[in-house]
Amino acid sequence: MAEKSSSAALPIRFEAPSPVRAGAFALFLGFFLWSLVGAGISISDLISGLPNMGVIALEMMPPATDRFSPMLMSVLVTFQMALVGTVVGVLISVPLAVLAARNLTPHPAIYVVVRGGVSFLRTVPDLAWALFFVASVGLGPFAGTLTLIVDTIGFCARFFAENMEEVDPGPAEALSAMGARRLDVVVCGVLPGALPAIINTSLFALEKAVRSSVVLGLVGAGGIGAELAVSMEMFRYDQAAMIVLMIFVLVLGVERFSSVARGRFISGDEG
Amino acid sequence: MEALARELPAEHTDKGEGVGEITHLSPVVVSNAVRVSGLSKSFGDGAVDVFRDVSFSVPEGQAVALIGANGAGKSTLLRCCLRLVEPDCGEITINGQNISRQSGRALRNSRARVGFVFQKHNLAPRLSVLSNVCHGGLAQGRGLRAWSHRVAGKVEREHALHCLDQVGLSDLAARRADHLSGGQSQRVAIARALMQQPDVLFADEPVASLDPQAGEDIMELFRHLNRDRNLTFVFVSHQLEHALAYSDRILGLKDKGLVLDASSSTHCVSSLRGLYG
Repeated sequence: MAEKSSSAALPIRFEAPSPVRAGAFALFLGFFLWSLVGAGISISDLISGLPNMGVIALEMMPPATDRFSPMLMSVLVTFQMALVGTVVGVLISVPLAVLAARNLTPHPAIYVVVRGGVSFLRTVPDLAWALFFVASVGLGPFAGTLTLIVDTIGFCARFFAENMEEVDPGPAEALSAMGARRLDVVVCGVLPGALPAIINTSLFALEKAVRSSVVLGLVGAGGIGAELAVSMEMFRYDQAAMIVLMIFVLVLGVERFSSVARGRFISGDEG
Repeated sequence: MEALARELPAEHTDKGEGVGEITHLSPVVVSNAVRVSGLSKSFGDGAVDVFRDVSFSVPEGQAVALIGANGAGKSTLLRCCLRLVEPDCGEITINGQNISRQSGRALRNSRARVGFVFQKHNLAPRLSVLSNVCHGGLAQGRGLRAWSHRVAGKVEREHALHCLDQVGLSDLAARRADHLSGGQSQRVAIARALMQQPDVLFADEPVASLDPQAGEDIMELFRHLNRDRNLTFVFVSHQLEHALAYSDRILGLKDKGLVLDASSSTHCVSSLRGLYG
């Protein structure tokens, strides 16, 4: 009797899916197969394109160094756009996150409005923002920087708000109990707990901004992307190879820096 | 249990008259630091009563232990006293200020002279011990100067160091708060409360997470502050030995109400067990 009841309590090893679950799976599978057609997947095109890939790859070697200095300047501008866009975006995101955090917002209506605004910034693709800013302020890095600021706010404000919601409420309660003002509670009771996650998110935002800033140049928003577009259009694949190499070094450098900085910030002394 | 119930006061007054044996213990008329009257609290839109119509007064300088079984509402009652949890009804007067209807700046000012030590120390992680103690200055509206020891003025720093010295931790001022032991963290929380220069100190199971020796040390520290500074001290404890040893008076919660209000000298551990039955 005892054996029977204990075996009845065990989970079943394999459970036949319910008709609803099976139907949902079949629906997903059908949509995926249809998506393969929609995505233009073609094995024959891939095979016929392989020789072209080989030709282009050969033309990329060796990477051209004739325009090394202007390319280096463009890479620097790209990094500057990413850095300024991230820092300004993060600075704007912190107060927005306070308003968009359920446990800190002064009023539920403010929470809804700020969350909605941040979601809008995030859901519109950065290329669309870049086209908007290029049309508004003209070609060049300023349009790219504005795009990165907006993109960073959409990304960081949401995650900062969630970081602040997840923080241990104890320190904030202790400060409220002693009569501290709301601003003091946020600065002294919430931010210290959320700081590691905020720094982590900010560093990811910087890495993301560096990668985005390369693409933004393709639509005229400044940086190395514009150089890449010109090289490809002029069939100067050797120059394009040099640009890709530079982008690779830049992204790798930023990722390495953020990895080291993350470790330092999280285990370091009082910030 | 009936014996405990007989000790309930017939009525509560500002002078503490009629509050069990307290009248005999304190013949000298002193004003009340804390006065709670007709306090009720329920959760789930009144579906679950935590306690009903609780009234008591604590004269200045008295040490009071609040005891009761798990779920009796001790912590909720203590939090209600500072309106960290909103009571459903009742009046709360602290240091002569009726905080029941206060809000904004007035409520903050009333809370400013009341220290509250939590079971979990609730220190700000990553910040230094000294910065955490400086946070006690937020109660006096010092703002930016109380955010961190790095921006604190000379007076604030020296005051914070003095508070740390009182809890025996001045040598750990620069250490990160999240790198301390449980006992050390609780001492820092007490130093932060001292930074407020409080008249009243509430403590919610302050030694529950500490080993016995660390717990005794912390309770001795509270006793010292209570006696030497005439600090009114109200603490929640599950350890009846602590309740008896470190209080002048014991309040017992059971069956959603205050069923015991008596001098700690008239009770022993076995006589209090009825509260947990």
